[in-house]
Order: sequence, then C-alpha cells, then structure tokens
Amino acid sequence: MELVCPAGHLPALKAAVDNGADWVYLGLRDNTNARNFNGLNFDDAALAEGVRYAHGRKARVVLALNTYPQAATWSRWTDALRRADDKGVDAIILADPGLMAHAAKHHPRLELHLSVQGSATSYEAINFYHERFGVRRAVLPRVLSLAQVEQVVRKTPVEIEVFGFGGLCVMVEGRCALSGYACGESPNTTGACSPAKAVRWQQVGEDMESRLNGILIDRYGRGERAAYPTLCKGRFEVEGSLYHAIEEPASLNTIELLPQFAAAGVRAVKIEGRQRSAVYVAQVTRAWREAIDACKRNPAAFVPQAAWQATLASHSEGGQQTLGAFSRPWK
Amino acid sequence: MRLALAPVPYYWSRERLAAFYEGVAASPVDTVYLGEQVCSRRHEMRLEDWVALGEMLAGQGKEVVLSSQVLVEGEGDLKLVRKLVGNERFRVEANDMGAVRLLAGRAGWVAGPHLNVYNPRTLEMLAELGATRWVAPVEIARDALQGILAERPAGMETEVFGYGRLPLAFSARCFTARRYNLQKEACEFRCGEFPDGMALRSGEGQPFLVLNGIQTQSAQVYCLVEALPALRSLGVDVLRASAHSGNMPEVLRLLHAACDGELAPPDAVRELRPLMPEAPCDGFFHGRPGLEAVALQGAA
Repeated sequence: MELVCPAGHLPALKAAVDNGADWVYLGLRDNTNARNFNGLNFDDAALAEGVRYAHGRKARVVLALNTYPQAATWSRWTDALRRADDKGVDAIILADPGLMAHAAKHHPRLELHLSVQGSATSYEAINFYHERFGVRRAVLPRVLSLAQVEQVVRKTPVEIEVFGFGGLCVMVEGRCALSGYACGESPNTTGACSPAKAVRWQQVGEDMESRLNGILIDRYGRGERAAYPTLCKGRFEVEGSLYHAIEEPASLNTIELLPQFAAAGVRAVKIEGRQRSAVYVAQVTRAWREAIDACKRNPAAFVPQAAWQATLASHSEGGQQTLGAFSRPWK
Repeated sequence: MRLALAPVPYYWSRERLAAFYEGVAASPVDTVYLGEQVCSRRHEMRLEDWVALGEMLAGQGKEVVLSSQVLVEGEGDLKLVRKLVGNERFRVEANDMGAVRLLAGRAGWVAGPHLNVYNPRTLEMLAELGATRWVAPVEIARDALQGILAERPAGMETEVFGYGRLPLAFSARCFTARRYNLQKEACEFRCGEFPDGMALRSGEGQPFLVLNGIQTQSAQVYCLVEALPALRSLGVDVLRASAHSGNMPEVLRLLHAACDGELAPPDAVRELRPLMPEAPCDGFFHGRPGLEAVALQGAA
C-alpha cells in the first residue's frame, strides 16, 4: 500500500519525502486546485525543485488540477497540464471529464488519477473514466463503508486510493455547493470551502462567535475549544435543538483499519492537509509510514501504536477523531 | 421557454404523490421528471409505480423523464440504476457517471444537474455519448452558462434550475436520522414526517438550510423569474422547478405564464411570493453567494 501525502509548499514536500511518502500531491498557485488558499501552493520554480527533490529520493509527484474549468478560463487549466508535463510531474489528479479528454490526448505521459471531486462512488462510474480516458487511479469520496470499498476494488481495474487521515468532508465531494451558497466560493468553481476572507471572529461578552459571511456558525463559551468555522461543522438549530446538525469538528483517522484496507486491495492511502504546516506533514507522514510498514510485515498482529495515535490526535481538528463513513452507526 | 418539474425531493406518501401529480397533470407544465433521487431506503414507490404515474402524465400530454439516484453507493443502488436505465418506456436523466456509462451510446437521455458540467468540452463529450438535453449545475453563474452555450453541441437542449429550494449537497449520512439520534439503517423513515424537509436555522434564528435525509437544501427559494429574459437570450430551452408543499399547481401556472412571456417577471414574482415557503434568492446566477437576492430585492 502506498502513502500519498500533502504539500502546500516546498518545506512540506521535503518533510513528506524525508518521512516516507511514496507520493506527494500538490497544487499550483491559482484556482486550478481545491486548496486555493492565500500563500499556499507552488509556482514553476518551486514545482521544478519539488519534483527534483522527490525524484532524487524515489518519491513521485502528483499535481492536483481538480476544480472545474469554465469556458472563459479554460486555458489556465490546459496551461497547468503543460507546466506539469514540462516540469516532470508523474501524474495529475483531475475531476473534469472535458479536461481529462484533453490530458489523455495531449499529455499521454502524465498518469491520470480521478479526483475525489469527481464524485465517483461506484465501480460503474470509475470504469467509465477508465474506459474513456485511461484513468489509472481513483480517489474515493469519503462516503463509502469498508464493504462498499471492497466491492469497488473487486469490480474495477483502476487502483483505489482512500483517505486515511485529516480534515473530513461529510458531503460527497464535488457535490457540495454549501460554501458557494453562503459565501459565493465553492470547491468546484474556485477551489475554496468556507474561505478565510468570509470568516469573522467576534468576542461577545464571555463568548466567542464565529461567522461566515455574517451567518453565525458557532458560539463558544469560556474554555470551549474553538474550531475553524467550516460551514458544515457549525452548531445550528433544528426542531428546537441546537447542536452540530451536520457534523462535529473532527478529523478522520482510519489507522486502525490498515489491515482491512490491505485485505480489501486498497492501493493507496491519502493524508489530507495541503493547508497544514511542514511539521504536521512530517509527523503525520512518519506515523503512517511506520504503520503501513508494520501492517505489511504482519497484518494479523497489527495494532496501532500509542505514539502514532498521540501524534495524530494532536493534529486533529477540534482534538476529535472519527472513522467517518467507515463506521456506521453515525451518532 | 418550456417548464419542467424536478422529481419531488421529499419522502411523500403514495397517496400524497398521487394527489400531487393529479394536480401537476392538470397544470400547464411541459416536462415532469419522476423518481426517488435522494435515498434508496425510501420505499413507498417502486419503479413500476413511477412508470404508472408517468403513463398518467404522458396521457395528459406531458413529457416524462425518469431520474436516477444522485449518490450511488453499493450494488443495491446500482441495481436500481440498471433497472431505471433498462426501462423502455421513458427517457432517463443520469445523475452520476455510473448511469452515464450505462446509457452511453443510447440516444436521447438527459444529463442531470449533478453531473458537474462546467465547460463546453464536458458537454461535448456527453453529446457524443447520446445526451440530448443537459441540466446546468445549480451554482452556475450567467457568465459560465454563456461560455458553454456559445459552443453548444448541435441538438443539445439546455435546462436551468430556476425555482425551488436548491439541492446543495448530498452525503452518506442522514441528517434527519441524526436529529433523532437514530442510525441511518434504522431511521424509522422520520423524513416522511417533514413534507418540506426540516428547517435548519443559525444560532440566531436565521433560516439557512433544509435537511432532507441525506440531502441538504437551501432554506431560501431559488427564483430566476427575473432572469427569464436573460435566460431566453442565452438560448436556455427549459426552466426547472422543484416542488414544495402548498399550491404547486398554481406555482406551475405562474411560472409557465412567465416562461411564455404572458406574465411580466415582476408580476410573476409578486404573485409567487406568498406561495413560497421562504424568501426567494437568485445569487448564484449573478455570480454572488447563492442565498443573496440580487434581481429580486423587492420580493425578498
């Protein structure tokens, strides 16, 4: 099983490679990828240096171009493909079928990965992308149970990658316009969700309020740990009850499922967090590298080490963790 | 411009659906999309029941299309999609790429709003596979729509979501069950108790979203009636409405009159407003946050 780690900048890329990532994924400094944040991502020089560094240590680089291009800005995405090809990137992660057709035709050297933003949750959908564009690998949306993942693996020649750790979308990726509805920027079109520029923190008496484009997302009492106001993780009122109506602020952590992933034939595990620091990338990559190696040596005896779990817990959103869709019941 | 009615997103009883579609049959709506798009656990209606409803509507001169489920998770869901695609009576609307794979090569299917068509190249691919109508993503802005329609493939009709609560997101999790601390697999079908979904408000009581099982909708009612002249000049063929409880046949009558140009947009909006379950919005079309009212300020 391969380990795919995030890099929002060169120090993070080096941290990922040095700590055992098989793949590093990254994006360019614009809205061609789903982590279009200020100060994040790679220009051409950093991309070239990143590829050189990774290849020198036997790691591969995959460029995320996983937003949906529009007619007026189409050339930004096709230019990005050309830059990826020129700079020696190994693979690209795409969501848009039109762009996949372009990549398959003009950049056959680049291995094609289907982004989680492509919303492909069944083997029929994944096989569609395989047959039409030669997609080699698909990243599954974080909505399937383990049995459903197994079934997908059995019925497709495409390599399957699942999310292992990090921030968790509770909605089907690529099918969520909540952020666009509230703030005008959505993952599909601008590569952003609940963008920082729409966030306001406000002290009200003893309490701290977080707002997104003016909408109250959460209110924290003294001593309560505040989380970033991602829209779907706020506290809302439904039928007379104020609670985390959609999802709690929590990070996905599936490290205990590694032997089951391996048995199911999952080809790669992805770590979320291109917006995170090099320290996060280094520590999380190291923990997962050790875990994957331990699982490979003896899957039957695999037990997550306390040290790995402590590291991962320290990097979790709101200090909380969940198995996400791999664990049903939900609440 | 023609008028279409999207599949009812809520879990209504058979009796309620039968009465509802009697009213729809008598309304001037041109096209009716049928089927359960949201949750495969909802079992009031089987495919045969939808086809029977379709026959009734077709008998009244309506074009009938069967819509596929949006989130397809396992073999059970795939079976439903295969059965739907295999029906030989009505056109099918594909709402995920699995359904597209099953429809590829057949003529005359509809590429639904959840396929994420954001540019002419993707639309061209769907045309090659046999789609003859596409429904734009609900968050599409006028400029993006214009960019696609400038290169529209021959014979491809365009439909735009223009009235009703916006289908904003889908999840594997059921938020209705979550509200009642129930597991999804033992949900007691509580969504059936909410004919307009469950209102979700901010901590300050601001109407924001609607929870409808695994689907999240906008609280505000998307309304592109003021944009009808713009849609017409862009070359949009069909306006899509989504049902809510209340007097939907009257809503369809007003929308149809506005689509036909018999009723001026401001008059239509004024008459529609008291029929809406919440204030209208139109931000997405104008490149703004979806919940904003841009051309509707008097009505919001």
